[in-house]
Amino acid sequence: MAKEFRTLKTSVNLPYELAYGPIWTRFFDGLLNKKILGTKCPKCDRILVPARSFCPRCFVDTPEWVEISHEGALTAWCLTNYRYYGQPVEPPSISALIRLDGANVDFLHLIGGFDLGDFELVRRKVKNGMRVKAVWNEERKAQIFDIKYFEPV
Amino acid sequence: MGNPVAIIGIGQTEHGKRMDVAYPELVREAVVRVYEDAGLEPDDIEGIVSGTMPSMMEGVALTHFYLADAMASKGKTILKTETCGSTGMSLAHTAYYWVSSGIADLVMAVGHEKMNEGDSQATMTTVGDPFYQRYFISGAPGVFSMQSQMWSVRYGLAEEKIRDAAAFISLTHHDSAFDNPYAHIKKRLTAEEIKTARIITYPVRLWDVCPNSDGACAVIFASQKMVKKLGIKKAAWVKGVGFSGEEQFFGDSDKAVWQSAVLAVRQAYSQAGIKNPLKELDVAEVYNPFTFQEMMFYECFGFCELGEAPDMVLRGSFTRNGDLPCDPSGGTLCTNPIGATGLIRTAEAALQVMGKAGDHQIPGAKLALSHAMGGIDQFNGIMIVGSEL
Ligand SMILES: [Zn+2]
Repeated sequence: MAKEFRTLKTSVNLPYELAYGPIWTRFFDGLLNKKILGTKCPKCDRILVPARSFCPRCFVDTPEWVEISHEGALTAWCLTNYRYYGQPVEPPSISALIRLDGANVDFLHLIGGFDLGDFELVRRKVKNGMRVKAVWNEERKAQIFDIKYFEPV
Repeated sequence: MGNPVAIIGIGQTEHGKRMDVAYPELVREAVVRVYEDAGLEPDDIEGIVSGTMPSMMEGVALTHFYLADAMASKGKTILKTETCGSTGMSLAHTAYYWVSSGIADLVMAVGHEKMNEGDSQATMTTVGDPFYQRYFISGAPGVFSMQSQMWSVRYGLAEEKIRDAAAFISLTHHDSAFDNPYAHIKKRLTAEEIKTARIITYPVRLWDVCPNSDGACAVIFASQKMVKKLGIKKAAWVKGVGFSGEEQFFGDSDKAVWQSAVLAVRQAYSQAGIKNPLKELDVAEVYNPFTFQEMMFYECFGFCELGEAPDMVLRGSFTRNGDLPCDPSGGTLCTNPIGATGLIRTAEAALQVMGKAGDHQIPGAKLALSHAMGGIDQFNGIMIVGSEL
């Protein structure tokens, strides 16, 4: 580049108020009370978590509520070791898919509660299929971080 | 399939960190080149389809309005298509459907992005809903790393072997980028450097992941009637297209054998009459922002059996001298202006079958596959092009 050209520093910051609707309201009220709630599809019998108002495959209403176990098995994981604007947790962190006992889909959240500083130790400790259990935040606000993370049992 | 459609012109910018130009100037660079390449004027075109990844990548919500002049769109029908990372492929599909339907004879698709002007990974997390998923997808690398990790465990693939195969892919693509005048990252690497580079999202390390690129790509699609009328000799005919999507929740479907990739390619193969892709295809431009994920695509596309990709990679089956050369352009791994990237895959496939790929030409290529994927592990799209109608 022969010449440095000017740049404009700007930002977009907009407020929103998003409706939860009745099903997600009930799911997040559940978290407030340390309950993980799912719904069951009457057609394919799958138990979906987080709870849905309808089954995305069968496209029918799922009115039956099921309380889901706080424990499950790890399906997949990935350690995040970089930063981006608005990141909710300090890196390193581990995002994970967890098959909660009794559910038919994987639940996306974090695993933690152990030292993530030494990657080689992490790699030796974290295995697909390992048992994990929800750790609850003391202060809950009816949001997804009411579960702090899932820790190895 | 509808009426026959051909690609008759391609324009790309030099991709990279392009703070030397404003966004409309960058887009115009590709548009000027596509008209030069096709020997046409903006007045000849009936419709334009434009797209980015999330528009907010550059902080302007409706980019097709902002970029209207750069695409010479005054007085023309203009559409916007967005399917996240697969936007570029969906642009090609939209232009194809438009011409194939018989409604228009000449349509231009333009994909564009300036990833260096914002925080690309923060922008990408806004693809996830703010109730459940946004906080855990870690930009793009997070979900795709989890997917690769799931795949490697499913097929009992030794970590060391996959690591070696991923390094092989990274090294050969970065080498290939030197032969592509438009590629962004051109770097000679060693396997050791790649394998010990900084972890981004384990198992993905620095040289396993694509860069943030600024760039644009424009492609002109024409009807058979127009190809004849213009007397065009070198065209890339669309032989098959496929697209498939999955549920919104990342945990709802199995990603180790990615069903949307399998279904999209099956649809395209059926249209193109392809039974044995490894034998029949001459080259493939697989959307490969992550080395590990590229191997999953080889399997989903039937280039090899499930769980077999790392061995095939290490045998050199997918290099430029291999059975089925994949990403001779250096691929997404070396160049990723994301709204343009899928369209660049189709453009590169077209260049190959037209014999216009220059230093990265696969000799005698007649049938080429192009691919893109996007969403929170959600969408896959395919377009197959050939040198003959
Ligand atoms: Zn169902």
